[in-house]
Amino acid sequence: MTIAEIQDEIVDEFSMFDDWMQRYEYMIELGKSLPLINDQYKTDDNLIKGCQSKVWVHAELQDDKLVFTADSDAIITKGIIAILIRAYSNQRPQDIIAANIGFIDEIGLKEHLSPTRANGLVSMIKQLKLYAVAYQTQLN
Amino acid sequence: MIDTTFNIGSIRKDFPILNRKVNGKPLVYFDNAATSQTPKQVIDAIVDYYQRYNANIHRGVHTLSQEATDAYEEARGKIQRHFNIAKPHEVIFTSGTTHGINLVANGFSSFIQEGDEILVSAMEHHSNIVPWQMLCERTGAVLKVIPMNLEGELIMDEYHDLLSESTKLVFCNHVSNALGTVNPIDKIIEAAHGVGAAVLIDGAQAAPHIKADMQALNVDFYTVSAHKMCGPTGIGILYGKEEWLQKLPPYQGGGEMIAEVTFEKTTYADLPHKFEAGTPNVCGGIAFGVALDYMNGMGFEAIAAYEQELLDYATEKLLKIEDLKIYGTAKEKTAVISFNIEGVHPYDIGTILDKLGIAVRTGHHCAQPIMDFYQIPGTVRASLSFYNTKEEIDAMVEAVKRAKAMLL
Repeated sequence: MTIAEIQDEIVDEFSMFDDWMQRYEYMIELGKSLPLINDQYKTDDNLIKGCQSKVWVHAELQDDKLVFTADSDAIITKGIIAILIRAYSNQRPQDIIAANIGFIDEIGLKEHLSPTRANGLVSMIKQLKLYAVAYQTQLN
Repeated sequence: MIDTTFNIGSIRKDFPILNRKVNGKPLVYFDNAATSQTPKQVIDAIVDYYQRYNANIHRGVHTLSQEATDAYEEARGKIQRHFNIAKPHEVIFTSGTTHGINLVANGFSSFIQEGDEILVSAMEHHSNIVPWQMLCERTGAVLKVIPMNLEGELIMDEYHDLLSESTKLVFCNHVSNALGTVNPIDKIIEAAHGVGAAVLIDGAQAAPHIKADMQALNVDFYTVSAHKMCGPTGIGILYGKEEWLQKLPPYQGGGEMIAEVTFEKTTYADLPHKFEAGTPNVCGGIAFGVALDYMNGMGFEAIAAYEQELLDYATEKLLKIEDLKIYGTAKEKTAVISFNIEGVHPYDIGTILDKLGIAVRTGHHCAQPIMDFYQIPGTVRASLSFYNTKEEIDAMVEAVKRAKAMLL
């Protein structure tokens, strides 16, 4: 599936919820199910700056696709990461770079997109895209 | 006019913001230690200033300038009386507590030498750590830390052991922003003076709850921010004893702070203007005075008694939640409750609480050394004020329970 298709699928899933509570409960559930990052990658180098909670992201190239694993010590943050990883992991770097992030707004998490909000969603997306840029350069 | 009865209903009517809704729920504002809300009396004073007599002060010959100057200096007088300061020129208007601390730290560069010691408490806000570290870097002085115990109280025996003839300065907050601990500053000041050290007290968190008497405390410097005590942001004061303020070099150069200027030499203005370079926050100063009038109208004893009632109520209710731990259990504390629920990140609780209209602070509260001491990433901090109610505490407790159920 392309990133856009996955994003549409996520938007569809979230549209079933009537209120914020259900959305957050679902996000928390996603957070709990997030495949954990290998402990060896939970290093300061992989820590994303700008988050009130700790967020680690590791990226690795498998064939021509970028695979992300991640973790956080806060469960809502973990849920947000799970959504991002579902959309962007196992995709080609150039597609990650080009991806539109408007779906975050559509699933009712717009408030997390504010760059001044201490959750670092913007920093996370930036970091994923930076990895993609780095590996894209490597592939070229 | 002093109203001795504490009428919470009429007090809340003074704060228009308390009527708003957040995420569809009535706002419960428990982030008062970060900034307090503004009563309409203060808002009206700000509007009145800009509508009627906005002008630059101290130098204009016209009526507006004179009116603004009078009002600004009258505010200085109110602040002087409020803190029982001996002389009006010992009140230096600043942009806030951080500015006041930096002004002193910068000025002391001239007096501090390599090997001198500076003591700072273990529960300081970053703004009362970093300027001193910078001072130490500039001068070669050594920064030493007065440790605290698990309850969040300073260990006074160790403080006395740290004091020596090398101690030149002692810095401590009156009340900890992260824990609410009220520190025994009278004893801290007396002991420091015993070895000839000067003392700066960060009064930012104390001023909204405790009316501190500068002459009785015999403190050398005390700083506060208006926005923690019903005033606007961007204004505060530094109290300094006259002899210290005379000795300290000016912090910033500019207009207002000079007596005479030639390209060869400038002579500085007298106190307080020596430290008030540039056009000051005139409106802020006036509004700060009105905020003090407002709080004194209720009386600080009445405020403290009511807030204590809220603190006891909230502590009791929160502790009924299983696995909830409160950090900062000093015998003397203001209405600040820092807590965590085992296995839950404070950020997650704060996020859910916000969805329920409840404003708390989460994180390290600009006091990372305290979080390191307890080995936690941060806390959820509910800081209460005299305009809060028990019903709001009930709403928070229910919200915390709901968050816990969702998150665990």
